[in-house]
Order: sequence, then structure tokens, then C-alpha cells
Amino acid sequence: MIQQKIDMEATGQAYWQARQAVRRRVIVCAGTGCVANGSLKVHEALRDEIAARGLDVVVKLSDDCGGDVLLSKSGCQGFCQAGPLVTIEPEDWLYVHVKPEDVADIVEGTLIHSRPVKRLAYVDPATGQPFEQTHEIPFYKRQQRLVLGECGNIDPEDFEEYIARGGYAAARRALKEMRPEQVCEEILASGLRGRGGGGFPTGRKWALTLPEPADKKYVICNGDEGDPGAFMDRSLMEGNPHRVLEGIMIAARAIGADEACAYVRAEYPLAVRRIRKAVADAEEAGILGQDVFESGLNMTCQVMEGAGAFVCGEETALMASIEGLRGMPRPKPPFPAQSGLWGKPTVINNVETLATVPLIIAQGSHNYRQLGTEGSPGTKTFAVTGHVANTGLIEVPFGTTLREIIFDIGGGVIDNLGRPMPDGFKAVQIGGPSGGCLTAEHLDMPLDFDSVKKIGAMVGSGGLVVMNRDMCMVKIAHFFMRFTQNESCGKCVPCREGTKQMLVLLEKIMDGNATPETLELLEQLASAVQLGSLCGLGKTAPNPVLSTLRYFRSEYEAHIVQKRCPAGQCKALATPEILADRCKGCGACLRKCPVNAISGRKKMPHRIDVNTCIRCGTCAQVCRFDAIVGVK
Amino acid sequence: MCEKENVPCYCGLRRFEKVCRILDKHGHSPSKLVPILQEVQQGYRYLPEQVQSFIATSLGLSPARVFGVASFYTNFALEPKGKYVIHVCDGTACHVKGSERIKDALYKQLGLTEKKTTTSDMLFTVETVSCLGACGLAPVMTINEEVHGQVTPDRAVELVNGIRERGQAE
Repeated sequence: MIQQKIDMEATGQAYWQARQAVRRRVIVCAGTGCVANGSLKVHEALRDEIAARGLDVVVKLSDDCGGDVLLSKSGCQGFCQAGPLVTIEPEDWLYVHVKPEDVADIVEGTLIHSRPVKRLAYVDPATGQPFEQTHEIPFYKRQQRLVLGECGNIDPEDFEEYIARGGYAAARRALKEMRPEQVCEEILASGLRGRGGGGFPTGRKWALTLPEPADKKYVICNGDEGDPGAFMDRSLMEGNPHRVLEGIMIAARAIGADEACAYVRAEYPLAVRRIRKAVADAEEAGILGQDVFESGLNMTCQVMEGAGAFVCGEETALMASIEGLRGMPRPKPPFPAQSGLWGKPTVINNVETLATVPLIIAQGSHNYRQLGTEGSPGTKTFAVTGHVANTGLIEVPFGTTLREIIFDIGGGVIDNLGRPMPDGFKAVQIGGPSGGCLTAEHLDMPLDFDSVKKIGAMVGSGGLVVMNRDMCMVKIAHFFMRFTQNESCGKCVPCREGTKQMLVLLEKIMDGNATPETLELLEQLASAVQLGSLCGLGKTAPNPVLSTLRYFRSEYEAHIVQKRCPAGQCKALATPEILADRCKGCGACLRKCPVNAISGRKKMPHRIDVNTCIRCGTCAQVCRFDAIVGVK
Repeated sequence: MCEKENVPCYCGLRRFEKVCRILDKHGHSPSKLVPILQEVQQGYRYLPEQVQSFIATSLGLSPARVFGVASFYTNFALEPKGKYVIHVCDGTACHVKGSERIKDALYKQLGLTEKKTTTSDMLFTVETVSCLGACGLAPVMTINEEVHGQVTPDRAVELVNGIRERGQAE
């Protein structure tokens, strides 16, 4: 079969010509966050309103279209907190929290009269200052969006746009002009380290696989992003799937593979669809298939949907899953570089790593090293979530401090009701359930792979969950332990039984049944699980317990010795109390209490009967005066 | 076979035809077991035991091997699920923003527990998942594929009540 080959230069030129014929572009964020907030309805309303006002609207550029407005959907723009987001190009105006009702104003003001709609601009909650343009907003201003950059301003389903922006040029260069050794060397020289968790140098991984003699080799893109609290891989696959695919192709070139597999988590249906479409479009254009870029090389990529198992993020487990088995890890060596999928040499890279690769090939390793630190060059995406004003997905150079991320970009810590809490910072969990917590003393430490590892945590995939001082750290440790215990595949005893027993010990502490010996036992067990487990899941499972013990030991001791939960989150040890000087006697808690444990006359301080109270925390939630303490 | 075992029959000839088509599509390859089970589940909304055995036999695998895979992955259901599957996200970000309260409110409203996760009228199934990747909107829940962000317990209850009312009105 002779495939139709795409002429990339001609496609790019045609695209830009068509783009210039269009006066303005309106981009509606269609990442998962904005969609959940109703951005698709905004998109529909915009399309209808633009047409109703007699403007020409196009949703897909073609040679002869022209028109007033190009209306596009993009992947995640990162600023999920402010969604649904609408961006106007070329002015770079950003509208936040856009509702279908706002559409008339956007069309009238911006598209017809070329004025920004002031009331839809982002307003800094701390200073009250409005910002019209995207790049002025503090959330974006302090970022360096290299890998995420295009997510959010290109249409992920528009193959031609990706080509027009120089896409697949790096893959073509790698396939036609570079030898596999050169590709490996370039990536090695860039110092790129795996973004999935371990931080192993990507170039070295490739260079180890390249010389393996085999008739077949595989590249696997690990899109089984399981860390709760991290969603950069999802955003990349949804927002810029061709970039990921281009990275896969370069990796395949580097090790001499002609077959690749993208393994995508089943919980991400949109990412699965987008990657599938990207592969289909690339096949149609002859970018995948036979004799790619007239290099004489063949390349195929299949997409596989995961079936829901956190452990499949581990490379040997992931390969077992592709082979149709239970996703259980196996001992290493042999490493996948020698014997991976179907016993053949295999390279497994994380989505973000692969999305970074085309960038390095395009701009050269020297330029890539300009950002970041010596040991961790480049930028890293972080998913900033939890008790922070601006939640979302960010990208900063390695070496940025936690303070810059949480306070400058993230806009500071908030309380449970979303109000600013200037002195509320307690800890941040980095690296998900395999990571650890960082505290106030680490706020000014430059973040990179090595500095974080040194203090007993890990960068992991880059989840940063900010916690305010109302969080109980024992409960958080228990939360992670429950997660890893649940996800333990059960193959090796230390992980299967160890995590279970650790969970039991933590429950004892939370229930007030622990003695000082419990802590000792917990620590012993943690180190046994760390040493004895087969794979990364078990080896890192005790990290959250060990790191909370290291920094918040006094909280554990309060649970054990004083039988008190300082944050009031552990139900059995909560000591609910109504502060008489704050209580206004409004009766809100009294009415909501399910067991009538609260009494008091109107406008007089109320009281709570601790014997009747079931510690449900409803009263603390409804109180507008923060008068109820010791229970959450 | 089903009649003998005195269980409700899900495997009329027609249904099996569909399974056969899926098996054909994947070339009866045992390595495609996971995608095969995924596609079959789309049709049945769970994996009935008889169908698992049927798949095992046609792929030349032992039924234990198929059951082993089906029971390993959380996305495979061994019991029928409700028409509306509600996933309450209990990822870290959602957890610190109070996802437990949403789950509790739904359990209470629908009369469910950790053990009984599907309502008797087969309308709702409530499950927790570890992360839906929409952490920026925590706490999050999904009803089938529809994502709802910044959910409160009251809002969650409102949503299920809305579905129920719409169902009765139809």
C-alpha cells in the first residue's frame, strides 16, 4: 500500500495563510476542569451568538475560509480554579469564570467593538487588582511554560495547527538526519531525567537499550498517571497529544524500535480519545506507518486503555498488563532494557518526559540546560492543589522554591471555606503517596530531584497538595497508607501484609488505643516494608508515615499520650468545644446538629454536650464565626 | 447451561454473538484479554461469570486466568452496576477538601454502605476512585462520564434527586 505523505511545509504555510485571513481567534478551554464548569455550553453559546450577530465564524481552518472569528477549543490552560476560561487572540485577553450569559457581552464588546470585557477579567483576590492579559496574571507571569506552553493555545484535535507550529520537525530530524546514537547523546547531554517519579536519566535509559541485539524492540508511553493529586500527564495527552506522539517517535528512533504503545489510564476517557485521534491523523498523513519521512524506517503506535490499577504505573507491571495478564511487577533484573514487553528490549517513558523530548531535539541540549539546576535541568510541571487560592497546573524551572510556587503563583493558603489564611501553611505533600511532606522550614529550599530526595521525599510526578493548619497529619498518613494498601497487588509479603499492619497501627493511633510502643512498632515495620518490598510501590509506601513522623511527631504523641487530636479531625479523639467569646448565639449549629447535642438561648453563647455529640463536624461547618473548635 | 444452574440467563445466543464479534476483532488473541473484557463490559455493564467462561474457552485459557484478570483491575465489575455510576473522587486533593462528606451524604441519601454500593432499583452505584485528575476543581465527582467540580454534600444530593425526579417524570 502506498501511503499519502504529507508535505509539512506546504501544510504549515496553508494553515498560516488561512489564519491570517481570520481577524480574531477565540479559544475556549475544553480541558476536563473547564468542561466540568460548563465550558462546552459557553462554546456553543459563543458559536450561536457570533452567527446571530452576523459575523462569520469558523471552527476549522481551510484554504478558502477567511472570516471574522476562529472559534477553537483547547486543552487545559492550567488555571482550573478560574474556569471556564476564554482567551481572545491576538490581544491575549483572558476572561475567567465565563458563563453562557456572558457571551453576548463578549461578542458585542470584544468581537465587534474590539474592547475587553472588563468585568470578566481576572482580579487578584489579595490585592483587588484586575488583569486583562493572560501573561500579566501572577499565576502565569512567574511560570516558564515550555512543555505545557502549547496546551491551552492550540486545538489538540487540529493536526494541521500542530504541523504549522513546527510540529514533527524534531521527529523528522531525528529520523532522517540523526543516528540513534546521536539522539541518545543529545538527550543524555540535556540531562533530562524521567518525570514519572524516579528521575532516572532518560538518555542513559535509551543508550542502555540501543545496543541490545534483538529483532524487535518496543517503546511504551506510560500514561497510567495514578498519583492522586497529579494531572499533568492527563493535561498533556488531552491538550497536546501530537507532542506526546512526536516524543514517542523520537524515543523509538533512539533505541531502534518500530513499534510503540501508549498506555493510557482508563479514568481519562478524553485523553484516550485524543491520543487515539492523534495516532489516526498521523497515520493518515503518513507520519506513522511505512517509510516515515522517507527515512526507510517504519513506525506504528497502538493505544491501550488501562483497566484501573495504580501498580500498573510500575514498568514491569505495566508490561504485564499490556500482555493481558494481571498487572503485577516482577523482580528486576532483567531490566526492561534487556527483557521487557514480550521478552524484547523495551523503553518505558512517562508522558511528560516524552513531551519534553521534541523540545530538546528542536532547540538543542545546550539551550535546554539554560533553565533549571545543574543536576536537574529544564522545567517541571507541578499540579498545585489543596488549600491554595489558585489551584491548577503550573510549570517552573527546577530550583524554584516552594514559597514562590505556593505564595506567588498559587496565591497563598486558604482555609476550608476558601478564605485567605495568611498564617495557615502547615505542609505540602509532594510526590503523591510515594512522596513525603515538606514543611515551613523547606519553603525556601530550591526544589529539584536531589534536594527533595535528601529530605526524605521525592518529586515524583509533581503533585503538590497544600495543607492548611486544620489538617491532622496522622489522618493524612492514614489516608495515603489506605491508598497504597488498597493498591498493593499482593504479590510480595512485605507490601501486602506490611501495609495492612501499618494501617491497623495508624487506626489504633487515631482511635486512641495506641501506646508509645505502637509508634516504635510502626517505625520498625515501615523500614521493613521499605527494605523488603519487590517494587517501587511497596518500597515507597511507608514514606508518608515516615515523613510525617519526622516533622510532626508531636502530633502523633498528642494522639497517643494526651488522647487528643490537635486538629480535631480524628473523630474518636475530637474534643468539640464552642468558644463563648466568639459564639454569637445565632443558632445555626443548634438547628443543624443531627443528635441535638447543642443547646443555648438565642443570642447567648451555646454549649455542646460532648457525651451526646457524635463528632460529625456539621456544627463546625455551618458556624460563620469560627466559634466551634476541636472538631472538623 | 444457565437454566440448569438456575441463574438468570444473560447469555442468549444473540448476546454471545456480540462477544464472538469482539473476540474476532481481536483475533482471538489471549494477549488482548484486557481490551476484550473492556469491550464486553461495555455491552453488559459488568462481566457475568458465564461470559467470562465463554471468553476463557474461546481464547484457550483457563477460566481462573480470566477471572484473575477480571478481579484484579478495579474497572472490571463482577456484579451488575446501576444505570448511573457515581464516582466520588478520593484523591489527595479531593480528600483534603472534604470528599468523605460527599460520599457519606450520598450513602445516606441512597441508603448505601461500603458493602452495598448499588441501589436496589439498579439506578445508582456509588464508588470512590483514587483520582480523576481534575484536582484543580476538588472535590470532584462524576456521574457516568459527566464531571462535576467543587461539589458540596448538598449539591451531590441535589444531583441524584434531580436524576431520580427526571426518571419518574419520563
